[in-house]
Amino acid sequence: MQNTISQIQDPLTIAGETFTSRFLLGTGKFKNKKDLADSIESSGSQIVTVALRRIDIETHEDNILQYIPKNIKLMVNTSGARNAKEAIRIAHLAKETTLSNWIKIEVINDSKYLLPDNVETIKATATLAAEGFVVLPYMSPDLYAARELVKAGASAVMPLGSLIGSNQGLKAKEFIRILIDEIDLPVIVDAGIGAPSQAAEAMEMGADAVLANTAVATAQNPALLAKAFRQAVEAGRLGYLSGLPSQKSDAHASSPLTGFLYEK
Amino acid sequence: MTSLNDIRKILDNPDPRLTEQLAQQSAALTRQYFGRTIALYAPVYLSNYCSSHCTYCGFHSKNNIKRARLTPEQTEKEMRTLAQTGIENVLLLTGESYKATPVSYLKEAVVIAKKYFTGISIEVYPMEVQEYRELFEAGVDGVTVYQETYLRERYKEVHLEGKKSDYDYRYGTPERAGQAGVRQISIGILLGLSDDVAQDLHLLYEHLQFMEKNYPGVEYSVSFPRIRTIKGREFALSLVDDAAFIKIICLTRIHFPRVGINLSTRERPEIRDRAIHLGVTKMSAGSSTAVGGYEILEKTQQEPQFDISDHRSLNEIIAMLKTQNFDPVLTDWRPINNK
Repeated sequence: MQNTISQIQDPLTIAGETFTSRFLLGTGKFKNKKDLADSIESSGSQIVTVALRRIDIETHEDNILQYIPKNIKLMVNTSGARNAKEAIRIAHLAKETTLSNWIKIEVINDSKYLLPDNVETIKATATLAAEGFVVLPYMSPDLYAARELVKAGASAVMPLGSLIGSNQGLKAKEFIRILIDEIDLPVIVDAGIGAPSQAAEAMEMGADAVLANTAVATAQNPALLAKAFRQAVEAGRLGYLSGLPSQKSDAHASSPLTGFLYEK
Repeated sequence: MTSLNDIRKILDNPDPRLTEQLAQQSAALTRQYFGRTIALYAPVYLSNYCSSHCTYCGFHSKNNIKRARLTPEQTEKEMRTLAQTGIENVLLLTGESYKATPVSYLKEAVVIAKKYFTGISIEVYPMEVQEYRELFEAGVDGVTVYQETYLRERYKEVHLEGKKSDYDYRYGTPERAGQAGVRQISIGILLGLSDDVAQDLHLLYEHLQFMEKNYPGVEYSVSFPRIRTIKGREFALSLVDDAAFIKIICLTRIHFPRVGINLSTRERPEIRDRAIHLGVTKMSAGSSTAVGGYEILEKTQQEPQFDISDHRSLNEIIAMLKTQNFDPVLTDWRPINNK
């Protein structure tokens, strides 16, 4: 019997912790902290990312951390790191500063395209995972790199949909699909997602979650777009769970051409 | 890249519709890549001793001004005062005197600055890779070095003496900083020096493209200071009007969507408050351009490098940004051990 929608229990599990929301929000580029707080609320996100470089621990009145509700999982990213060594140092500082041991590894050594360096990301992941961090690496969607990240102890992989900040959507779709098929960790599509429809597209394909930032932060009404993303991610997920006909790439139930061989 | 000819046509075209079109495109790219944020910083002038003779600069060696160099105690006092205003990103400046302000002196200043600021950049004389490396390891995140003008002939005419008169050595400076591992490099043109802005701009773009290609890990920014009146100026200016200035900012943004564009307090408030909508991502605030200008010297004793046009305090700039729906960014870096 088919489950009714209300019976579906479909949590996202990362490193043993479960989340009902599959939409992660980044906190950069907002015009003010109120927009950010409103967007976090309307996004329904249970995990938000913050760049350590933007956490101003000295200034208490305008410290970004004060706008992130306590019940939300804080994941600090290593934005600014150009190699594994720097990412590791930033992760250590992040833990001292926020007491959170959830780290999004972001190693970028190209200021023009802002593409992540998979090789350095794997190194940083191995070190930090061994130290007990929960590591979610941001990566270019490459199967070999993803496998190495699994071995290195990552808790999820975060392939880019397209160039960060580009709002171009799922340019890397076919490569992300391979990761979804082959990697047993949660696959969170990060970067380049510029519209709710693109987030839905990623979720329908079977991504476990989507992270967005630029699109929301730079919208005329960020909180409204955050809500739209939340609903698009939910809709995409339900679409995936429903077994969309268009998603079936193999294993068709009926065999019109060869079925006769097995007829009794 | 837009050809030199097209840059020239754009700058020469007086049609306001073209300016508006460039501005729209530039504004959209800036919002996309930087969001609604403006980074803030302030300079600390450590010394105005100079052994170069640059005809347009208030600090040049032949100019009869009071020379001063902060002692470590004075540096600390200046920095403490500046940090108390809320500034967290500092730009340390000196004249071009290796003798008066050797690398060891700068290193000492950087060590003091680390106590008060999260981001430290330097705008001093060009150095060797090993010297940049030393300062990077001491805590320098950024190096600012302007070619002033990329037109060789003009460069020669305005840089009469001293190390700065060597065009090629100066041109290679961003590269040496990149080789040393410096995180941020800022380059630029001093508008008003050359009467062929289009060509200057085109050569700057070539320089920036070369740097991006060969040192991709560096965060780049550019600056287009417009010449201001100074004591002892010895030559005619080719002033760049506001419309051309705005077009230069917008063209640069369109060519380099992710590069920071910096605007100093040389510019008037009415320009600064509008330029933030068009492509600028970084500005100085509450600045003094004199050695000891924050704390050490009385106003009457100060010798500024150039006169500033925007006298608003950091808090006033922050309030202006908030009113215009921008997030003022004081901290954009957490210093990590660069060794």
